[in-house]
Formats: sequence, structure tokens, C-alpha cells
Amino acid sequence: MAQTSQFCTFYLDKLLFGVELKGVQEVIRSLDMTKVPLAPSVVSGLINLRGQIVTAVDLRRRLELKPRAAGLRAMNVVVRSEDGAISLLVDEIGDVVEVDEGTFEPSPETLRGSVRTMILGVHKLENQLLHVLDIEKACQMSDVGAVAGD
Amino acid sequence: MSDSDIVQDFLVESSENLDRLDRDLVGLEKNPRDKEALAGVFRTIHTIKGTCGFLGFSKLEKVAHVGENLLTRLRDGQLALNPELTTALLGMVDAVRQMLKEIQASGQDGEEDYPELRETLTRLLTPDTAELARDKDMDQAVGAVSAATETQPPDAERFKVVSEDATLSPIGNPVPVKVAKKKAKTIAVVGEMEESARNGELPAATGPSKAEGMVLPAGGPQVLETKQRDPAPETIRVGVNLLDKLMTLVGELVLARNQLLQLANTVENPGLQAVSQRMNLIATELQEEVMKTRMQPIGNIWGQFPRTVRDVALGCGKQVNIEMEGKETEIDKTIIEAIKDPLTHLVRNSVDHGIELPQDRVKAGKHPAGRLILRAFHEGGQVNIEISDDGCGLNKDRIRDKAMERGLITAEQAGRMSEREVFNLIFLPGFSTAAKVTNVSGRGVGMDVVKTNVEKIGGVVDVHSKAGQGTTIRVKIPLTLAIIPALVVTCGGDRYAIPQVSLLELVRLEPEHARTAIEMVHGAPVYRLRGRLLPLVYLDRELQLADDSAAEWRQHSAVNIVVLQADGRQFGLVVDRINDTEEIVVKPLRKQLKTVKTFAGSSIMGDGKVALILDVLGLAQRASVVTETRDKALVEKAAESSVEAGKQTFLLFAGLGDSRMAIPLSALARLEEFPVSQVEMSGTQWVTQYRGQILPLIRLSLIMQERRNKLRGLQELPAADGGPIQVLVLHHEKQRFGLVVDRILDIVEDMADVQSPPTRPAVIYSVVIGNRVTELLDIAAILQISGTKTGPSNANGSSTATGSALKSAGGGN
Repeated sequence: MAQTSQFCTFYLDKLLFGVELKGVQEVIRSLDMTKVPLAPSVVSGLINLRGQIVTAVDLRRRLELKPRAAGLRAMNVVVRSEDGAISLLVDEIGDVVEVDEGTFEPSPETLRGSVRTMILGVHKLENQLLHVLDIEKACQMSDVGAVAGD
Repeated sequence: MSDSDIVQDFLVESSENLDRLDRDLVGLEKNPRDKEALAGVFRTIHTIKGTCGFLGFSKLEKVAHVGENLLTRLRDGQLALNPELTTALLGMVDAVRQMLKEIQASGQDGEEDYPELRETLTRLLTPDTAELARDKDMDQAVGAVSAATETQPPDAERFKVVSEDATLSPIGNPVPVKVAKKKAKTIAVVGEMEESARNGELPAATGPSKAEGMVLPAGGPQVLETKQRDPAPETIRVGVNLLDKLMTLVGELVLARNQLLQLANTVENPGLQAVSQRMNLIATELQEEVMKTRMQPIGNIWGQFPRTVRDVALGCGKQVNIEMEGKETEIDKTIIEAIKDPLTHLVRNSVDHGIELPQDRVKAGKHPAGRLILRAFHEGGQVNIEISDDGCGLNKDRIRDKAMERGLITAEQAGRMSEREVFNLIFLPGFSTAAKVTNVSGRGVGMDVVKTNVEKIGGVVDVHSKAGQGTTIRVKIPLTLAIIPALVVTCGGDRYAIPQVSLLELVRLEPEHARTAIEMVHGAPVYRLRGRLLPLVYLDRELQLADDSAAEWRQHSAVNIVVLQADGRQFGLVVDRINDTEEIVVKPLRKQLKTVKTFAGSSIMGDGKVALILDVLGLAQRASVVTETRDKALVEKAAESSVEAGKQTFLLFAGLGDSRMAIPLSALARLEEFPVSQVEMSGTQWVTQYRGQILPLIRLSLIMQERRNKLRGLQELPAADGGPIQVLVLHHEKQRFGLVVDRILDIVEDMADVQSPPTRPAVIYSVVIGNRVTELLDIAAILQISGTKTGPSNANGSSTATGSALKSAGGGN
């Protein structure tokens, strides 16, 4: 039998994304957020996760998708990165899916730019594609300039 | 416990001992007849020698051994300590320290076995056959024990007990007589240990507490013996990371406490309020106690300075006596570590550059031996450390010339600089003392590094000097870094915390006043603060929070200015609202936000939301108040008149009638305004609840009132319809109390040199401040007169003060 792996899935602008389930700490509804002036624009702010201060990253911005509609409240997917917990802001939470390694295919060459480094590839599900996100790359901010500029 | 743990214990213990050794040896040189110190030195070396014998560090043992021989002579009075001997012994201490470092790094005591050192130490011994015989005995004893260690490596931990026992036994005994006995005993103990080790293997396998149990209970009778001889107080060694963990947890608790308190205030439930109050007190106390576990007396790092001073002084042919005041002043461990190197550098510098050669001193009419005074004390939640010498002082012209020569300042700037600014040039990077080649310079630590390191932990360095009389360098540092007092402000709807260390004062401009009070220097807003231009920085603009509506709104509201200090420069930060001060737990920012220099960290507020902590220096740099290169800042600094040395800062307030009174600003903790409804009676004492404590309130009017008028006021609360009362929260000998005054006037800087004797009690003297006669209050006397006990819980009614009603409660404002 082929190897399978589990993904926590979520939607961003109607696209289905997934991160490996073992890297996910928890999923929570939107929390009060403190914005960080002068921070890179992908940083939405800081949230208090039971006494731990967690940086929230707006995945839409990170993946260069169009901004979330004003009324839509984001969900937090809290993942464990090298630098501690990071919250990824997503539109909507999907199911936990178990996928076969055989359905995986790397991103096509035509996918360009910084997004390419973050998307490892896709799993071909029955009716849509599951984009596999590299948590570490998505949480790295070094390649993103500060929007406010210093 | 494993072998490496024993080695680790040995290293920790030995390095502590070595520090003491440095101190003791230098002390002995001054006072060679101090038998007790000598015995202490002997004991330390003997312990090291004994232990390393067991652990198989033979080179270390050899060095310690020759040192010990020499010490035996000294102790028995066959030799007297002289500088040559001291130098040799200190050399031995260094060698031992070096080898301990090697052990720490590699587990071995290194290749070097210091033949010259051992030769010197041996040469200094006068040959004596009896002693040689004794040495042989000692060698055998140690040899036997080492051999035993080698045959039983897995049980080596047991020998730690043996070693302590063995090394303790000869103390104070006239060694030559009892050698045989001691030797026999040591071996006998080893024999016993071997046996108990073998027996110990059976129960050891069953007991889970084996590891902890090993060192103490395994040895049975031997342990008891050790205990009896050990007069050490009941202490245990705890890992620093455990304390750090505790600190973090307490931080969490403090946050939860803050949240609970806020919640309890919104719910009408007496039970909940009682519990939350108790919780509050307990958490506060717990926080204090846990902080204390991390506190160390500054004496711990000062301990090495006599040695440093001796070495440097000897090296440059000077005579220096070191004096220490306030050794017991306690500071957080992390801070102690951070200031160790800067302080060492300052001390070396004072000896090397500050204090003159003996002949020059005599010429100048001074004692040939220079004085170096280290002083540490608490003031306003900070620790002050002063390093003063009575040397030649800083040479203003030379510093200026050198700074010009190095291109740090222009001739024109130099001409405008005040004395104090010139002195502060020594902290500039690039202002090096390298021209003089001494063993101090060329170490890669200049005064700029000292300044940077002190500032890194939120401290400040300042220098005062008088030509021919000496130099004082004052370092001000916070007590701790993990939990800091901070001012919380609101701007653009979010809260920001400003560390209290950077905070100088708060200024509020009423709307009608604001428009005229804020002036423009070619578009840059400034405010005249006591006659000097204070550059203003709008926080919302700096953080790019401002939109047009904010500007509109600002037109019609009061302006809150937080006067801050960064890198010696003052500036006013304009914020929307000033909330309160709070103790906040500092949490570092994640790497995604490390690039944002404006914030130093984050913290969780009482309501559970996150607030950012402003990095005042970063903010000032961003706003170009302080430029990254300090020299440029200095140019600006030179442009504005700065605080002259010798000036003092006073808080002025209205006394009785038309008189003016003042206290030194350093005595002031805070200015508060309490609504009358918060004032309660405890006996005849006004009190109020303040930051989880009961703050006794002393009424200035009662203190100053004529005796016959006093009686009426005692039983009365302030008139309920009065405005808020103005309270100066003062510190006196670690205690807090509030002084109720009518009106707070101003904060001024003045020389206050025209003085006249007091005309009434509680006044130290009258001075002329700002062209008016002002009475300077004596805080201790106020406490005494009012009879107030300023502890948090024992503000009682036994007040001896009598007086009349404070009719003017809240009359000010």
C-alpha cells in the first residue's frame, strides 16, 4: 500500500491549501488582534494565545492573493515553526484529509515568484487540487520587505 | 548523578572559591596577621587539591600542591607574606583558574603543567626537612585515595563526600603533629566508602531517588560528620534555568492576576472581590520573592576588584586603596552578569588613568595612595553604581583636542561645548585611549563599549569630574529585566507601553493652551519646557497611524506629552491618551518582527490584549531625534544648553500661605491625584489603597500647622465635595508614603547654593530657587513628626500629630 499523509486543509480565495497535520497546534476562531505598526504587511498583528504572544501572518498577503473581503473574519491555524508558534490567517477551515503519496505532483514550472518557494506541490484530489504549503517558508519574513519602510 | 556532574559541581564550587581567594589574598597582603583569612585561603586550595586528586586531574593537583606547601609555611608563621609571595600565589590562582577552564571545555586539565610557576613557588619555600616529610605523607594519602578512585569509577560520586571529609579534617590542626593520624583516617574512610559502595548497589537499583540521594545519604556516618563541621547556612544550589522558568511562570501569574482584578471590578460579587484581593496580594508577594531568588548582592562581582586594582596598580607603579560601600545592594542575576565587564573596565580605567603616580600625588598635596571608591545604592527603583577616584580628574582640554584630532567634533562645536559634554566625549566610539600603551588599552573594550553595554540593559552612564580632585562615573541600571514598570499610553486606538526608565515626566496641555504652546521651528514642532525647546514627536505619525481625521481631532483636544530620554537627548512624545503605569512582563518579539526597531517587545495587558513595548531609542532614531552616529547627536546636544554639573532638580509645591516648598526630585516616586472618595481613615491617619498596598497619607498642612490648631483635623476625612487631592508619593528608606499638598507648582533645576538655616521643624534649610525663597523639606523629619509607620499594613492610629481639618483638600488644580 502506498504511503499516506494527513493534511489540515483550509481555503484562501476559494483555493484549497493544506499543511501537514503534525505541524498544526490548533485551529481557533478569530481573536483580538493587536496591530504592529511599521511591520511587514503580511504580519496582521499579535494575538494572545493563552499567555503566549503569537504573530499572525495573513496568508492571503503572503501568497500574493487579493485581500480578504471586509466582512470576512479570518480563522487562525496555529502552526509550530522553528521560531515557536505562528498563526496563519485563512478564510475558512476545511476537513482533515488523508492523501496518497501517489497523487502528489510538484508545482508546474509556470508557477513563478516567491510563491513557488512556499508551495511544495499539489495533491490531485478527486474534484480539486490541494496546495501543499511549506510552513517554514511561509513563516519566513526575510524576503518580504517592510511595507512601511525604515 | 554521573561523573560529569561531579566534575561540574567541582568546577562551580572551585570557581566560587577562587574568587574568594583573590579577595582573601589581597586582603592578607594588607593585613598579614589575619589568621582567619589565611586559614580560609589554605582551606580553599586544599579542597581543590584534594578534590582534583580524586577526579584524576594530576596537573592541577601538582600546582595546587606546591601552592599549599607555601601556604602551610605562611600559616605556621614560618614565612611572612610579602608582595613577591602574594604575586606568586595569585599566579597560582590564575593557573588553577586556567586549568579549571580547560576542564570545563575539554574535560581534561590541559597540557600546560606550569613548571616555572611551580619552581617559583618551591623556591619561595625555605627548605625544612620536617615539612618535606609531611609533604611526602600528604602525597601518599592523596595517592592512595586517587588509586581508590580509579578502581571504582562508577561510584566516584561517593568519593565527593570522602573528599570533603578528608579536606576538612586538617583545618586548624597543627599539621605536622597530626599528619599520620589524618592519613590513616583518610584511608580508613576510603575503605569504608568502598564497602558502602558495594553494599549500596543493591538498594540503589530499587530506589528512584537514587540520583539525588547519592551525595548525601549514601555515606551515612561520614555525611553526618561533614555536616557537623560545616557551618554553612541552610542553602541549596538551584539551576538558573529553573529560576528563569519560575520567573516566567510568575510573569504569567501576574498577567492572570491583572485580568482577574479587572474582571472582579466589573462584577458585583463581594466574595469574588475578596478572593481577587487576596490573590492580588499573594501574587505580588510571590513575584517579589521569586525576583529575590534571582537577586545577588553586587559584592559578588566587586569581590574580584581588589585583585584587579592591585594588579593594575602594581603594573603602573601606583598605590591604590579600594573602598566599597553598599556591597549588599542586590541586582538581578542577568543584570549582574551584563555589567560585570563594563564595571571591570571602569575600575581598571580609574586606576590606570585616573589616579596619579605616588610622587605626583605627593606634589599635589595628596596622600601617596589613591582612593578608589565603589558605591552602590538603590534609588527610585534603580540601582546606582558609582566609581569614584581622587585622581587628577579628566582633562577637558586634552579630551577636546583629542576629539578634534580624531575628527569626532569640529573646532566650532568644541568651542560651544559645556564641560559636561566634553567629558561625555570619552564615550564616543573612536575616542580611544590607545595612544597610551598600557595593559588596559588594546583590550577591545573602550568606554563606548561600556556605554553600549550599559544601555543595552536599559541603563545610563554619566561622568563627573573636577580637575585635580577626581572623577566619578555613575552607572544607573534597572533592578530587573523580566518584569518592568511601564507607562501605558494609547495612540490610534492601540495601547503601547513605555519603559519607565526612559520616562522623565508627563506634560498635559489643555486645548486652549495647546495651540499657542506648541511652536514650530521650520515645521518641526517644539514645546518650551521650562525655558528649553523640547522637540516633539507625534507617535501616531511615527507609527504611520495618523489619518486626516486625527489631525482634525487634535486641534480641539488636550495634548499629552510624554517627556522621554534617549541617549542623553530629551524629546516629547505626543500620544492620544495616558492610561496608567503597570508592571508588565516583557516578551520578546518573534523574528518576523525583529526588523521593526521601534518596538522592544510585547506584553499582555490586564484585559488579555497584547500591547507593544516601545523601544525609546529606536523610536528616537526613527524620528531623527537621535541619529545613529552619536557624534551628530552631540552636535545637537551642544546647541542646547544642558544640565550643568552641580545643579539639582527639585519639585516645587505650594506650602502654607504664600510660601514655597521643595523636595529633591530623587525622593519622589510619583505624583498622584486621588479623588476624595478614595481616602479612608485608619485611626487618625488618612490612608488610601495604592497599587495593592495601603499608602499612608501625611498632610503637609498638619505637619506645618501650629500645634494648637491641629487637634480638630485628626478625625475628619477630606470634605466630600472637594476636588481630588494632590499627593506626592515619596520613597524613604524603602518605604512609601503620600504627602498631601495643596498645589504642585513645577519641576526646576537649580544650583540651590544660597542657603539659610531652617526656621521651623521638618525643613532642612531654606534656599533660593528661581529667585524665590523656598523651604526644602526634610522627609525623615516629616515621618517622625507625623508618627506615621509607613509599612503597608501597620499604618496605625498612634499618630502623635494633631491638627486641624484640611479645608483646602484639592484646592489646587
